[in-house]
Amino acid sequence: MNIPDELCYTKEHEWARMEDDLCVIGITDFAQGELGDIVYVELPQPGTHVDMMGEFGVVESVKTASDLFSPLAGEIVEVNDELTDNPELVNDSPYEEGWMIKLRPSNLDEDWPTLLDAAGYEAVLAESGAH
Amino acid sequence: MENTEPLIFERSSPGRHGYSLPESDVPAVAGGDTIPAHWQRDSLPLPEASELDVVRHFTRLSQRNYSIEHGFYPLGSCTMKYNPKVNDATAGLPGFSFIHPDQPESTIQGALALMHNLSQALMKITGYANCSLQPAAGAHGELCGVLMIRAHHVKQGNPRRKMIIPDSAHGTNPATAAMCGYTAIEVPSNTQGTVDMDALAALLDEDVAGLMLTVPNTLGLFEQDIVEICRMAHEVGALVYCDGANMNALLGTVQPAALGLDVLHLNLHKTFTTPHGGGGPGAGAICVNETLEPYLPVPLVSEDDGVYAWDYDRPDSIGRIHSFYGNFLNQVRAYTYICTLGLEGIKRAGEYAVLNANYLKERLRDAYALRYDRTCMHEVVFAGLKEKAEGVRTLDVAKRMIDYGFHPSTVYFPLIVPEALMIEPTETENKDTLDTFIAALLAIAEEAQSEPDKLKDAPVSAPVRRLDETTAARRPNLRWQPPE
Repeated sequence: MNIPDELCYTKEHEWARMEDDLCVIGITDFAQGELGDIVYVELPQPGTHVDMMGEFGVVESVKTASDLFSPLAGEIVEVNDELTDNPELVNDSPYEEGWMIKLRPSNLDEDWPTLLDAAGYEAVLAESGAH
Repeated sequence: MENTEPLIFERSSPGRHGYSLPESDVPAVAGGDTIPAHWQRDSLPLPEASELDVVRHFTRLSQRNYSIEHGFYPLGSCTMKYNPKVNDATAGLPGFSFIHPDQPESTIQGALALMHNLSQALMKITGYANCSLQPAAGAHGELCGVLMIRAHHVKQGNPRRKMIIPDSAHGTNPATAAMCGYTAIEVPSNTQGTVDMDALAALLDEDVAGLMLTVPNTLGLFEQDIVEICRMAHEVGALVYCDGANMNALLGTVQPAALGLDVLHLNLHKTFTTPHGGGGPGAGAICVNETLEPYLPVPLVSEDDGVYAWDYDRPDSIGRIHSFYGNFLNQVRAYTYICTLGLEGIKRAGEYAVLNANYLKERLRDAYALRYDRTCMHEVVFAGLKEKAEGVRTLDVAKRMIDYGFHPSTVYFPLIVPEALMIEPTETENKDTLDTFIAALLAIAEEAQSEPDKLKDAPVSAPVRRLDETTAARRPNLRWQPPE
């Protein structure tokens, strides 16, 4: 299972990465594996505000549907439109082409330190018996 | 049998038809005068086929259908029990099948008497104070039940905001709560598969409108703390809704009302042998104690000195939740079933359902993993194969069941059991059938080790092989298009 060191994570299996002043957000390799073949990703309109760990969308697979939670509070400035026609990108490339939203954090200094690092996320998986 | 059945559109041939109709003696009206232009179409490419073509097409399709009348249908959480033919005989009586809901009460006394008697029988079985037969299905009964809980709280001056639901619940429970304006709050299960009492205690406060519990729960386990759960809920003024999908386990043995559960729906199409699954329509019934009785939907059937009437005089009612009076002919079927068995027979049905499930559990426990190793109720949930085989998942086990002539069991539910395989035999299967099924499941578990491809390739005996669900969902082809 791929858990890149340079990303931060939530217990709900989202990852976050800062690119300049924007935060790129998606779901982890573990999450896409558990969901199975993803068939639909519902993403918000750019301009939407989201709270820390607020719902920003829904991911649907053959097996189930799951809410998506934002690791940070802020304004969503861009969503990955490619996922509309090619939801399989989330399965094939969860950390790169399968990214979901870009967000302008509103409380970065306080929110960011609360996220898990790779080791912390791995511990969460181990605790749930998944790893 | 040929392996593919063309669509009826593909059988179409221009000009072919079943009947030649006489020329219409009603003057034609030009569409342009009566229908707005944007609603008019140039063509209506319906299939053109002879009566015999149509009969053969649909007969062949119907023969592809697998039903309880073909074989064992161990779909967990669904109570796929046999629907006795006598039910259809009574439902077909002209006095029931050829009446209109707008007829005067005096001309439908028999139908009203049946509804009244069915309500009385369901109240006797469940212990509740009153009952409405209107809901058309389980989720509809849930909606009705939670609307009544809300009406109760509104009457007390505060609808409250939260509904507590276990993590093992049917997905319809949180959906119902949301539809009624409540925030669903999840309470986790403990290591025994039942409600975590400490977690529940921490969640209960005076903003909780109610709890939605399934008894026995979706793991097929009895909530042994249920009386205490209800007491704790009532202490903060919350009410407890019981999802009655699993009532088959309790028939005649446990009255849910006596446990403290305030409202319960019954799936007549599960527990009381009315058609289920494509053969519906479903029929729910919602039973309530004295607290919620004023809020039942209208109308109820009242009886005064042997004369039956619609009772609309219920000022606190949540109103109608179905056109007319629910799916009446299935009420006839359910009442027939209850009369056929009698209350003693009903009790035995529940006992045999539990016995059959435990027999399967014990016979299969060496090959399939038990996550909660306890006596189960009417169904048993395994966490997939006991000895994991490389690349073989519960889905493959289920597909292989088709090759052995059985409908697959429920899989991947409840969500809290990994690789869940959920089997509900019901009381209507005899030991020979159960033994044949057990032999098949044991053989499949062996194949998983020795010949895993037999599972991964399954089914090989069905009209179609493994369907590509992913492509079907990603690129759905929803309707036939005429060739270009």
